[in-house]
Amino acid sequence: RLRNVRGKVRFMRYIYSVDKQYVGFATLPNQVHRKSVKKGFDFTLMVAGESGLGKSTLVNSLFLTDLYKDRKLLNAEERINQTVEITKHTVDIEEKGVKLKLTIVDTPGFGDAVNNNECWKPITDYIDQQFEQYFRDESGLNRKNILDNRVHCCLYFIPPFGHGLRPVDVEFMKALHEKVNIVPLISKADCLTPNEVKKLKDRVRDEIEHFGIKVYQFPECDSDEEEEFKQMDKELKECTPFAVIGSNTVVEARGQRVRGRLYPWGIVEVENQSHCDFVKLRNMLIRSHMHDLKDVTCDVHYENYRAHCIQEMTSKLAQDNRTDSPLPILPLPTPDVETERLIKMKDEELKRMQEMLEKMQQQMHEKDQ
Amino acid sequence: MAATDVDIFSNEEKRNLSLGGHVGFDSLPDQLVSKSVTQGFCFNILCVGETGIGKSTLMNTLFNTMFENEEASHYQNGVYLRPRTYDLQESNVHLKLTIVDTVGFGDQINKEESYKPIVDYIDTQFENYLQEELKIKRSLFNYHDTRIHICLYFIAPTGHSLKSLDLVTMKKLDSKVNIIPIIAKADTISKSELHKFKIKIMSELVSNGVQIYQFPTDDGAVTEINSSMNAHLPFAVVGSVEEVKVGNKAVRARQYPWGVVQVENESHCDFVKLREMLIRVNMEDLREQTHARHYELYRRCKLEEMGFKDTDPDSQPFSLQETYEAKRKEFLGDLQRKEEEMRQMFVNKVKETEGELKEKERELHEKFEQLKRMHQEEKRKVEEKRRELEEEMNAFNRRKVAAETLSLSQPLKKDKDKKN
Repeated sequence: RLRNVRGKVRFMRYIYSVDKQYVGFATLPNQVHRKSVKKGFDFTLMVAGESGLGKSTLVNSLFLTDLYKDRKLLNAEERINQTVEITKHTVDIEEKGVKLKLTIVDTPGFGDAVNNNECWKPITDYIDQQFEQYFRDESGLNRKNILDNRVHCCLYFIPPFGHGLRPVDVEFMKALHEKVNIVPLISKADCLTPNEVKKLKDRVRDEIEHFGIKVYQFPECDSDEEEEFKQMDKELKECTPFAVIGSNTVVEARGQRVRGRLYPWGIVEVENQSHCDFVKLRNMLIRSHMHDLKDVTCDVHYENYRAHCIQEMTSKLAQDNRTDSPLPILPLPTPDVETERLIKMKDEELKRMQEMLEKMQQQMHEKDQ
Repeated sequence: MAATDVDIFSNEEKRNLSLGGHVGFDSLPDQLVSKSVTQGFCFNILCVGETGIGKSTLMNTLFNTMFENEEASHYQNGVYLRPRTYDLQESNVHLKLTIVDTVGFGDQINKEESYKPIVDYIDTQFENYLQEELKIKRSLFNYHDTRIHICLYFIAPTGHSLKSLDLVTMKKLDSKVNIIPIIAKADTISKSELHKFKIKIMSELVSNGVQIYQFPTDDGAVTEINSSMNAHLPFAVVGSVEEVKVGNKAVRARQYPWGVVQVENESHCDFVKLREMLIRVNMEDLREQTHARHYELYRRCKLEEMGFKDTDPDSQPFSLQETYEAKRKEFLGDLQRKEEEMRQMFVNKVKETEGELKEKERELHEKFEQLKRMHQEEKRKVEEKRRELEEEMNAFNRRKVAAETLSLSQPLKKDKDKKN
C-alpha cells in the first residue's frame, strides 16, 4: 500500500502512558480520523476531451467499476452540430469503512462539432454555477445541510496523435485554469513508444509554460520528509503530464488476471508502471492528493470566485474599493491630499508663531534684568 | 457551434457500486488527518468560578504545566476576563491552548451584572469569526480561532445545591457555549454527601432548563464510554500540582493529617474522568459543536438582527450581499458626514487658536513698543541729565579757568599799584 503522502502521520493509538507528563491531546488526530470516517467524504471529478480518447474507460479503470453501462455513442453525422452537454453520475462507494460519494462530470460533445468556438463555455458555466450555488448556500441563514457540488478536479485528455497541444487544448485550459484544478493527461498512450512519450511530454510541458497555463501543482514536500519519499515526489512531478491507458477488460498476462489490452503483438497492462503512468495517476489522484485537490478548490478557486463576485456587486455601490471590509466596523477613507496639506501648513505657522513669542519673551526678560 | 444553455443530465438515483478491487480512497481520512496535524490544533477553555475555587490549579493539573498566574484578589470592581494563550506539543501534535479566566467572579456584593462580561467575551469571539467570514478576501484556513470550545463551570462544594448565581449564569451561557459543570475542591465532601449533591445539582439544572454539554453517544467507537460518563456529571474534581509519595511512587495529591487525596485515583475523585472526556475523547467534538451549533446560532441571530432574510429560491439570490452593501453604503454616508463635522470643528478650532495667538502676539508687540518707549524716555532723561552735568562741568571748568587767570593777574595789579 502506498505510503500516505505526508508520511509523517504515525497513527496514534490510544495509549495509556506510564509517562506522568502525558496529557492526552495527542489523540486529537485519532478523534479527527474517527469523526471523518463517520461523516464520509465526497469528491467531484470532471473529465474533458474529445470523444474517443478513452475518458470513460479511464474512469472505470480508476475506480474499478463500471459507471457507464448502456450509454449511447453518436456517429459522425450526428456530431456535426453537436452541442456540449454536461452529464453527472453520482455513486456511493465504500472501502474499508470509508464512504465516498463520487460524482463524475462528463462533457460529451466537447470539441466534436465542426465549429468548436467557445465549446468550453458550457463547462465554465457549469463550474461557475456550482460555485454560485455554494456561495448562495454559504451566505444563507440556515447552513446545516449544504451540498458541495463544486468540481474538485478536471482531467483533461490530450490526444496522443499530434505534436503537442492544439489550439482547442490551449483555449480550454486557459479558460478553466483559474476555476478548477486541471490535470492534463496524454490519453491512449499505447500508441506511443517510450521515446515518443518522453518527447511529447516535454513538448506539452513547455507549451503549458509558454502559454501560461496554470495546471494543478503538487504541494511541496516538507523538508523533514524521508529521502525515499522526497525522491518519489520528485519523480512524480517530473513525470507530468501522465501518459495513461485504460481498459474495461481483464486479460491474462504473466500468469495473472489484470486489466489490459490485448494486441497481436503483446499485452498492454494498465497497472504496469513500465507500460504507462496509470498507477502514478491513480496514486496521485486518489491515494495521496484527493484531499489536497478539494482544499485547493475550496481555499483558492472558490475564494477567487467569491471575491470576484462580491467585488463586481459592490463596484456599483461602493465608493472605496478596499478588499478587506468586515462589517460592521468599516475603515475610514483616507483624507484627501489637499486637506492634509492645509493642516500641515497651519501646523507650521503655529510653530513659527510660538517660536517668535518665545524669543520676544526672552528678550524682555533680559532687558528687565 | 456550441450551445449557450447547458443541459445537465444526472442520474438521480445514486447507485451503490461494488468495487472490483482496491481503489485506494480509504486513505482519505489519513490525508485529512495529515493536513490537520500540519496545520496544528487550537482549543479554548473558559473557566467560570469564584475566586480561589481552584480554576488555575485545575488547569495546571489537567495539562501538567505550571501556567503562570498570580492569586487573584477578592476586591475587583467587577468581573473581567483574562485570556492567556500557550503553545503546547505532545508527540507530533501542536496545540494552541487558550485559557480564559473569570477574574473577580462572585466577589461583588451585587452580582446582577456578573454574567455580562462573560457573555460579551463569548459573543466577541463569535463576532470576530463572523467578520472574518464576511470579508471579501478571507483566509479561514489559517485563522486563529478564539471561540470558546468549552466552559468549565466550577460549583462550590457546599453539599447542598447550586448557588443562585450559578443558576443565573449557566442559564445565560447554555445557548452560547458547551458547559461542563464540575464540583470543585471535592475533597471536602464525603461519598454519600457527594452522591446526593450530584443528584440535586442535576435536577436543579434540568428543572430550570439549563442545557449542559452531553458527551456524544452516536459515535460508534466511543458511544459506550460517553454514555456511562454522562451519568457521572457533574464531575467532582480535586486539583494539585504537588507530589506526595504513596507507596513507592510519587503521585499528585493533597496531603492531610488524616490521609492523602490522590488526584488520579478514581475512587478519590473524578479528575481522571474529566481528563478523559475533555481531552482524550471529545476534544474534537467540542470544537465541532462550537462551530456547527453555537456559532451558527449566533450568526443566524446576528444576521437576522441586521435585517437579512433567508434567501428565496426565486428572488433575491444574494440578499445577504445586497443588503450588506446597502447598509454599508448607508454607514459610509453617516461616517462621511461625521468626518466632515469633525473636520469643520478642527478647522474652527485651528482658526480660534490662530486668532488667540495673533492677539497675544499683538499684545506682546505693544508691550515691547511700550517698553521701548519707556526705555527711550529714560535714555533721553539720562541724556539730558548728562548734558546738564556736562554743562555744569563746563561752567565749573570755565569758572575755574577764570578764577585761575584772575588769581594770576591779581599780583600784577598790586605791583602796578605800588609803582604809582
